[in-house]
Amino acid sequence: MTPTVNSGYAVPAVALVVVATVLVGAFGLRMSRTTSDFYVASRTVGPRLNATAISGEYLSAASFLGIAGLVLVQGPDMLWYPVGYTAGYLVLLLFVAAPLRRSGAYTLPDFAEARLASQAVRRLAGAFVVGVGWLYLMPQLQGAGLTLSVLTGAPDWLGGVIVAVVVVATVAAGGMRSITFVQAFQYWLKLTALLVPALFLVLAWQHDGADRRLLDEPAAFREQRAVRVDETLDLRLERPLDVTVTGTVDGDRYRGEPVRLPAGPHRVQGGTELVFAQGDPVPVADRGADDGMSDSLTASREQRPLYATYGLIVATFLGTMGLPHVVVRFYTSPHGVAARRTTVVVLGLIGAFYLLPPVYGALGRLYAPELALTGDADAAVLLLPDRMIGGLGGDLLGALVAGGAFAAFLSTASGLTMAVAGVLTQDVLPSRGVRHFRLGTVLAMAVPLAAGALVGGLPVADAVGLAFAVSASSFCPLLVLGIWWRRLTPPGAAAGMLVGGGSALVAVAATMVGRPTDGQAGGLHALLAWPALWSVPLSFLTMVLVSLATPGKVPPGTSAILARFHLPEELVGGQVRGAVPEIDARADAWRRVGDA
Amino acid sequence: MPQDPAERRVVVTAPPRTVRRTSGYYRPRTEIDELTTLGHTYVRSLMRSQLRAALTVGGVLLLLVGPLPLVFAAAADGRLQWTVLGFGLYVPLVLLARWYVRRAERNEHDFVRLVEDR
Repeated sequence: MTPTVNSGYAVPAVALVVVATVLVGAFGLRMSRTTSDFYVASRTVGPRLNATAISGEYLSAASFLGIAGLVLVQGPDMLWYPVGYTAGYLVLLLFVAAPLRRSGAYTLPDFAEARLASQAVRRLAGAFVVGVGWLYLMPQLQGAGLTLSVLTGAPDWLGGVIVAVVVVATVAAGGMRSITFVQAFQYWLKLTALLVPALFLVLAWQHDGADRRLLDEPAAFREQRAVRVDETLDLRLERPLDVTVTGTVDGDRYRGEPVRLPAGPHRVQGGTELVFAQGDPVPVADRGADDGMSDSLTASREQRPLYATYGLIVATFLGTMGLPHVVVRFYTSPHGVAARRTTVVVLGLIGAFYLLPPVYGALGRLYAPELALTGDADAAVLLLPDRMIGGLGGDLLGALVAGGAFAAFLSTASGLTMAVAGVLTQDVLPSRGVRHFRLGTVLAMAVPLAAGALVGGLPVADAVGLAFAVSASSFCPLLVLGIWWRRLTPPGAAAGMLVGGGSALVAVAATMVGRPTDGQAGGLHALLAWPALWSVPLSFLTMVLVSLATPGKVPPGTSAILARFHLPEELVGGQVRGAVPEIDARADAWRRVGDA
Repeated sequence: MPQDPAERRVVVTAPPRTVRRTSGYYRPRTEIDELTTLGHTYVRSLMRSQLRAALTVGGVLLLLVGPLPLVFAAAADGRLQWTVLGFGLYVPLVLLARWYVRRAERNEHDFVRLVEDR
């Protein structure tokens, strides 16, 4: 059984968010007439609105629930996640933002084609966009399933299906314009849903005597607590532990007897109740591929914490620029200068949001430490209001948080679906037009939904980490070298993406399939589980070396295109526009379809 | 689109700085529009100054963040890590971003002034 909160208020709150999303989307539908409206909101979105929409889209299930859960289980090391998610935008701003906007590319494949004039590289980039997008969609759907089952005890798949249907409906009906409004609305919703309960929780904590142990390492039980273990789990104890056991531990049955468990691994049978005394450190479950966003890769972090930390930093700092839903957003800025200013506002907005999840994580260590043991740590954000405040206030605050969590799944999933559907429509489906875009939308969502149902227990944080690592090892070199290096060639770009992105994909897939057992080569496992540290340099190196080896393949229009990327708009004034005829022709084609 | 670069170059070695001012069309600007050798040199200089700005701010970011995991590993106290990662880094990130945007926009402004010869 998953712990549940009072669903009397939470279910209406979730329903309200869903209905509001549909309504705001419908409002956008009335305004989206032509195809260019449909795709890029006619580029009339101002920097503030656009920045709010980017932030609303970016703050996903991993941000809303996952970070607090990770911090609860693994401590402050996991705060690198929000820092990396934010700093990724700074790196994007420095090297990519304005030139990417000036390139006129709507998607990463557009960029690849504009820069390298190669259909093969375009298709490869498209394959990576769809792959990264699907990897990132899966955890959103899984998070929705978890939230709904925590709220109502509904089956795990139901939440994902609801999110999938709502997102397909809004995206297919309204396109980008409505998404801009929906996303901006959802940023404020998410911020409120986390900020207001956090204020009350901090007040409750102060009222409780402001227990300063919430930052202590490791987390400890602040009072005697009985924990019921629902599913069989393995514990790893650093020191001997005295507990009172009712049930089966290591194959021995106990009936409310005090037991001294020696340091080392222990197996606790499902249905066992453990009573911990005040001040006992919270043991951490040693689980493999299990549900939840918070318990992934724990083993490898313990074996190589520094390496893992740097791997995480590289993946998040460099991976953000290649996320498909992030890139698409830059096209809605009217020009390069606006794209830069928008990014600064985004940094401020998401930075403000990320001040909140650590608060939940820290309070969770104090008030709900057993979540680390039962594997429901992702539910910490949802459960804390009830646990710390209780009564009607706790229920209402819990409902607010649940609504915000659903907003998180909906907004990120819409952005990703939009981006993946864009690529599918342009590069996979036969003819172009709004009807095919709708078909692409359905396809974009159906695959991760089915994959989530098939793979089931795939750890969510692994999928998110994989998406970042693959993006950092394929798109980051393509964008950075494509924008700043004249001698990049199509074979070089293709080889770099395949070698870097491909090896990152294989490495993380291998760690997911083969979970480490005790005593297995920990170093190798960490290398594979956190590939960015070697796969990103490998990708850059391959791109540079292969490009230098094929100097004859430098596309003829390179100088004109780089001029277009870097010159301020007031100088270009349409003169260099012809430098990328294919892209301009495509934009014109979209417009004609829309006017017809 | 590009014309014979050699021919263009001859014209530009003595740009008529004041004569054609009233026409609103200046030499370097035409060079860039038509992407002659001199135009390439202009674009390269802009790219170099922009890359320098990006690398400077990127370097500061690296110096700021790079040593932190080592510092946290050395300092056994978890509170430092909580404070720095939880609250301390976001404001510097925004300030770095603003600093970069100001520099990049100034570079572009200077470049526009240069080629329009104002």
